[in-house]
Amino acid sequence: MPESRLASFGRFRRSHEFWLLIVILALCAGLGVANSQFLTMQNLFDLLTSYAFVGILALGLLVVLIAGGIDISFTATASVAQYVTLSVANAYGANWISVFAIAIGIGGALGALNAIFVQKLRIPSIIVSVATLNIFYGLLIFFTGGKYIYSLPDWFATGIFWFEFDWSKDTSYGVNLQILALAVSFLVTWLLLNRTNIGRQIYAMGGNADAAQRLGFHIFGLNMLVYCYMGVMAGIASLVQAQLAQSVAPTVLVGKELDVVAAVVLGGASLMGGVGTVFGTFLGLALLAILQNGIILLGVSSYWSPFFVGLVILISVSATAWSQRERRTRSARP
Amino acid sequence: MRDAPALSLRRRIVHLAGSGTIATLVLLLIALWVVFAIAIGDRFFSVNTLQSMAFQMPELGILSLAMMLALLSGGLNLSIIATANLSGLTIAFLLARYIPGSEGVAWVGVQVLAIAAGFAVAALVGLVNGFVIAYLGVSPILTTLGTMTLCKGLAIGLTRGNVISGFPEPIVFIGNGTVFGVPFALIVLALCALPVALMLNATPFGAKVYMIGSNEKATRYSGVDTRAVLLKLYVLSSLLAGVAAVVMLARFNSANAAYGESYLLVTILAAVLGGVDPFGGFGKVGGLLLALIILQVISSAFNLLNLSQFLTLAIWGGILIAVAAVPHLGGKAPR
Amino acid sequence: MTTFLEMSGISKRFGGVHALREVDLTLEVGEVHCLVGENGSGKSTLIKIISGVESPEPGGRIAICGKEYPKLNPVFSTHCGIQVIYQDLSLFPNLTVAENIAMAHHLGGVHTVNWTSMRATARATMAKVGVEFDPDAKVSDLSIAGRQLVAICRALAADAKLLIMDEPTASLTRHEVNTLIKLVSDLKRSGICVVFVSHRLDEVLEIAERVTVLRDGVKVGTFAAATIDGRKLSHLMTGKAFEYQQQVPDLAAGAVVLEVQGLGRDGDYDDVSLQLHAGEVVGLTGLLGSGRTELALSLFGMNPPDRGTIALDGHRIALSTNADAIHRGIAYVSEDRLTLGLILNQSITANVTLTVLERLAGRFGLIGARARQSHVARWVAELGIKVSNPDNPVKTLSGGNQQRVVLAKWMATSPRVLILDSPTVGVDIGAKDGIYEIIRRLAREGVAVLIISDEIPEVLYHSHRVLVMREGRLTTDVAAADTSEDALRQAVNA
Repeated sequence: MPESRLASFGRFRRSHEFWLLIVILALCAGLGVANSQFLTMQNLFDLLTSYAFVGILALGLLVVLIAGGIDISFTATASVAQYVTLSVANAYGANWISVFAIAIGIGGALGALNAIFVQKLRIPSIIVSVATLNIFYGLLIFFTGGKYIYSLPDWFATGIFWFEFDWSKDTSYGVNLQILALAVSFLVTWLLLNRTNIGRQIYAMGGNADAAQRLGFHIFGLNMLVYCYMGVMAGIASLVQAQLAQSVAPTVLVGKELDVVAAVVLGGASLMGGVGTVFGTFLGLALLAILQNGIILLGVSSYWSPFFVGLVILISVSATAWSQRERRTRSARP
Repeated sequence: MRDAPALSLRRRIVHLAGSGTIATLVLLLIALWVVFAIAIGDRFFSVNTLQSMAFQMPELGILSLAMMLALLSGGLNLSIIATANLSGLTIAFLLARYIPGSEGVAWVGVQVLAIAAGFAVAALVGLVNGFVIAYLGVSPILTTLGTMTLCKGLAIGLTRGNVISGFPEPIVFIGNGTVFGVPFALIVLALCALPVALMLNATPFGAKVYMIGSNEKATRYSGVDTRAVLLKLYVLSSLLAGVAAVVMLARFNSANAAYGESYLLVTILAAVLGGVDPFGGFGKVGGLLLALIILQVISSAFNLLNLSQFLTLAIWGGILIAVAAVPHLGGKAPR
Repeated sequence: MTTFLEMSGISKRFGGVHALREVDLTLEVGEVHCLVGENGSGKSTLIKIISGVESPEPGGRIAICGKEYPKLNPVFSTHCGIQVIYQDLSLFPNLTVAENIAMAHHLGGVHTVNWTSMRATARATMAKVGVEFDPDAKVSDLSIAGRQLVAICRALAADAKLLIMDEPTASLTRHEVNTLIKLVSDLKRSGICVVFVSHRLDEVLEIAERVTVLRDGVKVGTFAAATIDGRKLSHLMTGKAFEYQQQVPDLAAGAVVLEVQGLGRDGDYDDVSLQLHAGEVVGLTGLLGSGRTELALSLFGMNPPDRGTIALDGHRIALSTNADAIHRGIAYVSEDRLTLGLILNQSITANVTLTVLERLAGRFGLIGARARQSHVARWVAELGIKVSNPDNPVKTLSGGNQQRVVLAKWMATSPRVLILDSPTVGVDIGAKDGIYEIIRRLAREGVAVLIISDEIPEVLYHSHRVLVMREGRLTTDVAAADTSEDALRQAVNA
């Protein structure tokens, strides 16, 4: 039916993602003109690789936000997962499967702890995650002394390189571990949120927790799933980061929460719950990457990067809140 | 439904502990003192220990006051540390620029103006926070996360992570000097805590803050300009961060973009331990101060026991969970 | 007719309070049944027991379609076809119409979502109900009436055989109520039993075939709607032979305090002109959607009109905020006491003093503890509020006492015009008298009182003059002595 297709395009046009797309395209065009380095395969490939860490975490955070909660302890979770997994791998030997299994297991367990504190003890999720961030991080550094691990298993350090193809005679591109993990995470999250009933229950719970309870949703189970998922994503992201950096640095990840929150929030997810899409998060991530990359390419010192990120977050959430106000006052009148 | 039925003894204890009344906190403080005295012995009771506690507490105390104000209104101010650092850097920059070579009135004038400039920066951040939260309706967590990044980003961008140090004596006195044996910084804390307590307990503004924290819409329907109140509140919160900046910069004799980041957790902990309801509407300055003393005692004891600062962080996190959970373990969740 | 649900000997206790005592109820297949009762009569508890959210005390019997069940739970009662639509509709505003209607598809284990089947279910159900929403529209974009229809669709899609609707007409316009009534008879014809829970007696009598009355947890009786009228129902509900009689003191013809000319606000009301005199009690009634509350909010400075004038003591005023209105002596008591009138978690003292904080402040702008205490003590005495400790949270008081706290809060502002929106809802019958007495006292003191209410007798017998609004316009403005309940009922519903 052509009419409903028109209606859905109309809906898209009014959505957050549409405006985001416009801004991104405009930025790309602008940057492409200002700096010839920007729109090169090399640059885009590098961007994708270096932002995989933030992207995978952003997907985990997206699910938590949709459910109506918040979590900023994921960097600590990732640090713990990274350290333990690779220590074990170094000490006892491992392969790709076991290494991811361990990281996912640790991440999931730490996430479960968050869920228990939020649901069973009824503490606001922001306070829980501020606390667990410090608990996980504090204990990690206490027990490890903050030592870096520089030697990783050879197969891990080499990583993977699939679908290799030659772009030019000097360089070849392919799917490396980072890009693969990012793509898989996007796919799995998208499937969860859009193709499974559990994902829809998460949206519902975030939209109206009381109604969800009345309808018989398993609220504790859903919350457990959501925070564990965040933990799992943290585990995956931690390995991706370790492989990229070719080392494990337990003190380096904590402090990067802002980039992740920025990506998700720019992508349109709301702290109130029930709102947010995988596509939006992808766009938010892209915007963040382009912004930070643009700053560097334009010759501005990277010291200024956090400032611009903060500015963009504030503008974005203000604009969203403003347009929501407009829509609310418009729909209040029949 | 008449008045609530008489509470059983167990309920009463949990209720007291959860609401953090002064009595409970005093008891806790005494208990801790005894435990640590036994465990650590003479070193704990030395004048040195007491004095060092008294020096460390003020900046944390002022920052906790800033956090408490936001919590009371049902929000959160994650930007207080970053605001303090930016404010401190402003003061440090002006001092470093204009002090060398000045004398007499100019010398005093520069210091006063530098501090005033620091306050102005803090107030500006508060205005941004207040405006976006109150008039645009953005969630306080998100807003202050944004301003926190903005402030930190500005600070890093301008200083490239460098430290500015070396300040004139009067400034250093603020953080390190004593008046009749009492650290001046402690006096500054008192000068902040008393007016804030008075404001919360005995002014129309304070009463409105509590009511907004419990139910903003009903407060608005009662004729209160809730947006103006929230704006002023966040400006006040950031101004307090500015005062903390002066104390911090004086005590360390330097300013930096990343000082005190671990303080954020502790300010929330102090507030919640002190009886501030994380959902808003309840909490007293007296409770906050007692909670701070308790935390300071624990912290000093940890220091004397040579506990790693990271273990300390983890323990703070654990205590925060425990303290925030208590009201709900009693059975009734005060949603 | 076959019986769908049969309950006997149902009791329920919460602590020491008996919410229900030995209640029997029979619901036939395909009937339209109304459950009426005051607040605290046990209506909601009974509904919760039917839907399985609460279980009855041992000794009660529940039988559905002849089979006995010792207990129900929400999942099981849904399985039997029992669907409850609560007053807040329990919809998910961030999801689409189709998803809300076909929400049952999402329950039960872990599986993939079949979007096509969900849309088909939604379309089919909407066709049955006779509405056509865009299945992909977000529920948050629909009007309240639209959302209610979606809630009904959801219940039908879940194969409802018994549909319980809690106060369904609370937010509907007359037109929408008509649509709902027609829908109910369609549902009835397809064999679904519909139970309305309502306190609006006029509508109850219009819709129901049988009416069950509850009072203080006890079933007073079940009656065929044809055999009773509003007066008898009210008598049964309240237990008092509440003889309504003219209650207001003689009008000491006061000056015009508030004059409204040609006031209009797009989408809410239009062309409203009225006068309020000092010492006069004016009743305003009309169905929801008639614009009454919107008009009241405009007079209170919270809903600025698009055209027309408001004059106080002959001077034109423009109200931009409610603080403005309060300053000039106009006060508004909201109909939503629990979320807008009071701040439940805060103390009685805090609530009572909220409107006069600046006035209580002495030197240096400080409010002394004594000032607060004496203010509260004064109003507690004046309005006879039963309080053991003013520092207790206001939620510990009874409904009637809570309403007195709200009145104290507003009377302390020395209003010249006091607008009361549904002042006796949620107040027990004994306490209602007390509220009316306070209103009479206000009139004696020269305050112009505007009472907005659903209940025609309340408006007729407690005012000097009665105004009726219908679909945004003021259609009647008549002295109470010159009209009757029937005439008003006609004016409201016609």
